[in-house]
Amino acid sequence: MAIKDRMSGNEAVAYAIKQINPDVMPAFPITPSTEIPQMVSNYIANGEIETEFIPVESEHSAMSATIGAEAAGARSLTATSSAGLALMWEELLLAASNRMPCVLALVNRTLSGPININCDHSDGMGARDTGWIQIYAENNQEAYDNFLQAYPIAEDPRVHLPVMICQDGFITSHAVENIELMEDAPVKEFVGEYCPEEYLLNPGKPVAVGPYSVSNYAMEARKNQADALLAAKKVILEVAEKYEKISGRKYGFFEEYRTEDADYIMLIIGSAAGTAKQAVDDLRDQGKKVGVLKLRVFRPFPADEIVEALKNCKAVAIMDRTESYNGNGGPLGSEVCAGLYRRKADVASVNYIYGLAGRDFTVNHVYDIFAELEDMVENGKEVEQFKYIGLRD
Amino acid sequence: MRTDVSKINEKTRHQDLTEGLMMFAGGTSKEFNTGEWRTNTPVVEWDKCRQCLLCAPVCPDSSIPVKDSKRLDFDYDHCKGCGICAAVCPFNAITMKEGK
Repeated sequence: MAIKDRMSGNEAVAYAIKQINPDVMPAFPITPSTEIPQMVSNYIANGEIETEFIPVESEHSAMSATIGAEAAGARSLTATSSAGLALMWEELLLAASNRMPCVLALVNRTLSGPININCDHSDGMGARDTGWIQIYAENNQEAYDNFLQAYPIAEDPRVHLPVMICQDGFITSHAVENIELMEDAPVKEFVGEYCPEEYLLNPGKPVAVGPYSVSNYAMEARKNQADALLAAKKVILEVAEKYEKISGRKYGFFEEYRTEDADYIMLIIGSAAGTAKQAVDDLRDQGKKVGVLKLRVFRPFPADEIVEALKNCKAVAIMDRTESYNGNGGPLGSEVCAGLYRRKADVASVNYIYGLAGRDFTVNHVYDIFAELEDMVENGKEVEQFKYIGLRD
Repeated sequence: MRTDVSKINEKTRHQDLTEGLMMFAGGTSKEFNTGEWRTNTPVVEWDKCRQCLLCAPVCPDSSIPVKDSKRLDFDYDHCKGCGICAAVCPFNAITMKEGK
């Protein structure tokens, strides 16, 4: 029986952690993710879970301890945001290259500067090439569902890679919405016991994790790691299918919302997809053939599948909630365009930068974007290929 | 996953390496001939050596093997040619030669 409740995104993730009852959680507080370790600490203090909580002195230590605990054989996790993730930078790469199936609850917040505590994706996108699997949520329900799927993906022997479960800071993490939770028993059965094959605290079976590698080996190790990330695509879909059977909620690499006959599609990540869907409903009522493609899995990047989903539309608005400072587009814009080009898909696109540092993104912005795409395709209007929306200019 | 790492070498395909290059054995550093780094080489003049054994304990790379209270020749697979043994020898029995 599903449990109907109302929760914020942070509460939802903390509740998922409670149901999983992981072994070790080292964490350091940072807005807006602070509530997650705080709530987990409450569960521990109340005797509801047996997780060992380590109050560390920094996020650098939080990720180091998470890796250490995971290597020792414990199911481990941490939570952070923004500068906290930036301080973990070195260890993020180690977690992935040492093939540690640990989990990080990321509550997306902008990186400084100017210093600001609100949502954008500059933290998660900054870590996009660290080798982690990255799964983004639109709302509290998805944050909960994605978190429960994290360990079955990470711990699969075909993968053995860390997973980052991302939700939008404040917009999702602090807004209280309805949610459907699962009972503890099916969650425990779905996530399962953690039984690592190789781990440090294993008497008589010595193992060295993360040894120095000379040039004759390091390149081969990277290739294996890249292959594991690619192999995760199949596992992510298998886990989603298994999860659908117990929850009734369907997940894939992305959600296609009214795209089947759409001339214009907005490709977007995270909470703003809700805004885009509302605008699409409004425009559909006016007879406009528009749709939303909400990307859930950013790493591994499902380029082929995205191209397949976009190839029949006339134009796509690729939405980036971060500035890449490369003068050539945001991360999603650049990667989708590379995918379209490589597969010779003739789809016009405009890459919009929106919602930086908590800037509101409204249905009016979405109307304007679809109108601009239509003007570009139908009337040959010249549109800048990489531009800001919602900027005073 | 547990593999006989002694069968892995610089010709092994990437598919056959261990996950994350995990090592499933101890003391494997001696397999690496770090003596390749050497640019100066210590040489013993055995007629001058009194087997005082002052050199063996100061070697940072344990490259002076001792057996039955007598030092043997250098382990050139691991000696880096730092010259500490030559500096510490009271009988000038060790000289540093240029090159490997």
